[in-house]
Amino acid sequence: MNLALTILVEGLGYASYLFIVSLGLTIIFGVLKILNVAHGAFYAWGAYSCAFLIGELSTMGVSDLGTMIAIPIAALVVGVVLGSAIERTIIRNLYGRDEVIIVLATFGLFLVLEDVILLVFGVDPYFAFQPTLAMPGVQIGGIYQDGYKLTMIALSLVVGLISWIVLNRTHWGKLVSAIIFDSELAVAMGVNVRRVFYVVFVAGAVLGALGGAYIAPTISVSPGFGVEVIVLSFAVVVIGGMGSIGGAAIGALMVGLLRAYAVLQWPEIELFVVYAVMAAVLIFRPEGLFAPAKARKI
Amino acid sequence: MTAILEASGLNKTFGAVTAAKDINIAVARDEIVGIIGANGAGKTTFVNMVTGWLTPTSGAIRFDGRDITGLAPRRITRLGICRSFQVAQVFMTATVFDNLMIALGIADSHGLAVLKPLRLAEREARADAILRRYRIHEYRDQVASTLPQGIRKLLDIAMAMVAEPKILLLDEPTSGISVEEKFGLMDIVMSALKEDGVTVLFVEHDMEIVERYVGRVLAFYQGEIICDAPPAQALIDPKVIEFVIGDEPQGQAMRERAGLAPAGEGSDA
Amino acid sequence: MTQFMDRTVIGLTLGFALVALLGVFVLPDWLMSQVLIAFSRALAVLGLVVLWRTGLISFGHALYFGLGAYTVAMLGKDLGVTEVLITLPAAGLVAAVVGFALGFIIRKYREIFFAMLNLAFSMVLFGILVKTEALGSTDGFSVEQPTLFGIGTEDSTVKLTVLFLAVCTVGWLSAVLVHRYLGSVLGSLTTAVRDNEIRVEYLGYSVAQAIHGKYVMSAALTGLAGGFTALALGQVDPESMVNWTVSGELVFVTVLSGPGSVAAPFIGSLLFELLRTYAFELVPYAWQLIVGGTLLAVIFFLPGGLWSLISKLGGRDRAAQPGGNRGEGER
Repeated sequence: MNLALTILVEGLGYASYLFIVSLGLTIIFGVLKILNVAHGAFYAWGAYSCAFLIGELSTMGVSDLGTMIAIPIAALVVGVVLGSAIERTIIRNLYGRDEVIIVLATFGLFLVLEDVILLVFGVDPYFAFQPTLAMPGVQIGGIYQDGYKLTMIALSLVVGLISWIVLNRTHWGKLVSAIIFDSELAVAMGVNVRRVFYVVFVAGAVLGALGGAYIAPTISVSPGFGVEVIVLSFAVVVIGGMGSIGGAAIGALMVGLLRAYAVLQWPEIELFVVYAVMAAVLIFRPEGLFAPAKARKI
Repeated sequence: MTAILEASGLNKTFGAVTAAKDINIAVARDEIVGIIGANGAGKTTFVNMVTGWLTPTSGAIRFDGRDITGLAPRRITRLGICRSFQVAQVFMTATVFDNLMIALGIADSHGLAVLKPLRLAEREARADAILRRYRIHEYRDQVASTLPQGIRKLLDIAMAMVAEPKILLLDEPTSGISVEEKFGLMDIVMSALKEDGVTVLFVEHDMEIVERYVGRVLAFYQGEIICDAPPAQALIDPKVIEFVIGDEPQGQAMRERAGLAPAGEGSDA
Repeated sequence: MTQFMDRTVIGLTLGFALVALLGVFVLPDWLMSQVLIAFSRALAVLGLVVLWRTGLISFGHALYFGLGAYTVAMLGKDLGVTEVLITLPAAGLVAAVVGFALGFIIRKYREIFFAMLNLAFSMVLFGILVKTEALGSTDGFSVEQPTLFGIGTEDSTVKLTVLFLAVCTVGWLSAVLVHRYLGSVLGSLTTAVRDNEIRVEYLGYSVAQAIHGKYVMSAALTGLAGGFTALALGQVDPESMVNWTVSGELVFVTVLSGPGSVAAPFIGSLLFELLRTYAFELVPYAWQLIVGGTLLAVIFFLPGGLWSLISKLGGRDRAAQPGGNRGEGER
């Protein structure tokens, strides 16, 4: 019972940040049809900026709780600045090229951005644990739970809810849904696709950076840590269904819980199990467990 | 008369939609058969079943006495039934000549022979001869994606013929071709096909083409064959006129010839 | 016009002979070892070029690279087999067998699904290797000293020279065979499959079979590449041999080289290796930046890869390729 609870909380915590990052990846894929490897760089940039900012704020005497302001700031600044710059200079000029070439271009971008991080932030790891200190631990079912992790779960719920509202209740969201559903039809209906592409790319970048920023206080932010996240979020997106928002949630939950179970019970299969599920989904249901066309109607 | 192609009790349903309903026909060697019908009448479904793209829900197709129901397209091709397509299916980034070379290469090679070189002098000579025969030799070195529609259609048919099939199914050879070009194109095709002594079934919307080139008409309506007769008879059949020709541009003339309808009646039904 | 010795074969033979001679008599050890690493990787790229011509790009060939590398390393470690005439063919064979088995599934996929399924399979192997204590987990383990005809050596220059000559020989042979393959009827079913699968089926050939064959071929070549790399580095580990970044790198060199010629992978791979080494020496913390920037530059300015540049400069070289379709892989 206690074990099940631990797996659940661990898994949910893990699923939360995977969901936020994968949500960004999946909306970019759904709308632009680009599998963005550079998404891992948004994540890493978000984490570095956040850790750096927390350090600065803390030296200025801001309270541990107050340093949390660094998280949204880092996510927004990184997402908007980096996302805009990349969309304007690279992505925009690749529309219409072979999709694999575009993936490769984003891989090139990823390599570049990884190193720019080193040039800007140096090679030493950053520790920015202040926000975690501000969160009191909580007893759940007799087990001590890290408070920060619980806020992460809350954040992912909020992000999921906001995305749902934006996509289903606003004009812009309906445009986006229309394009995911059928971009040619959307063009025929007079949607300014280029503009939607731009906004979605930036929004996706913000989400990627937010995932990184939020995770930053719980880990040592060090070179190369975006590498694993890319392929994990690919797995999440593939499992759920590429381009599907509901799918990102399901995929993240599955990966998070599976991994938490593996880590606690059967560490040897920790990574293996995630990718085995990914392969199985591709084999038996390549459109994903939560196919986008069925997820929404316009 | 022995049937080279025989369909018996063919049915095909897609969910609730019936695309073919109890089709029974026998086609004799060297016949030229026109398949007509409004859009969605089941013409292409029939072609797709004969060539293996679709498996019939029930019924059987026999070719030269052999049951070919449900075989894959490539097997049916190898047995001697080839087809062309409504939208020409060619290798868009290859030249006209290379398109034919690849087609010849596959037709020539069985088993491990596919590992032999593609460019043999003898094969190149054959490719050139075929290009001349279909009067597209002047486009020899042009990349297929840059070809005019009519030439691409001829290439498509030429590629279907390299395997020297016993039966050729043409799916709307003149669709997308201008009125001025259509007879020229069909003359080239039909004279080339006659030389090869191939049995031809072709789907056609254009009644002028049907009247001029076929010896027998199969009229489809809602998945069923409603008429099977020589063109002179079929094109004045009241059912054919009501369900098939009524939609066609030449419908009016046909109706008048049949003494069936005064101007303006029923054409939009 | 088809002769047994066409221009490409003569060119390849002269080119590889020249490199081999240069390596043995002129090049310093460090450069020879760069060529060794580069030509090893080029074997994998050669296979990926065949897939790319078919319109398929795999983001998971690190699977076969890793299988080849670990096969060589494990034969030495667990069975005491160090004879390269056994270990290297075994590397190719193991990869080919796994490729053949997975090929039954993979041949049904195209485009991004093809790329992703390969990625998933390769990451499964990665996930297994990083957690396998017996194989050194994330640290991997070192490869036993190789032997040729049962003879081993402690002299690193001799060892390097032998491996170098071996990779030149295998590279030459593979390039000639792949060139011959591309000039065959089956070889024409690369761009033909990419252009129009329906037509290929209706000409009487199975698209699935055509893709499967090419996939196994690329797996075998990538396995060989992994085997050579393991011997060259004297060490195997999951991170540098099986992780997705390795697959990315292989695809990178494929695009850098371009699908125009079987010689391109060797030239592209060598340039990549030199670029990486110099970038690393010049700016240790920013070599990825230079490499990534180069990749972007190639995508934007040289869509046909380096080979398109070479053939532009060299005039009408491309016309000499039998069965070769118009160089650029762009649609």
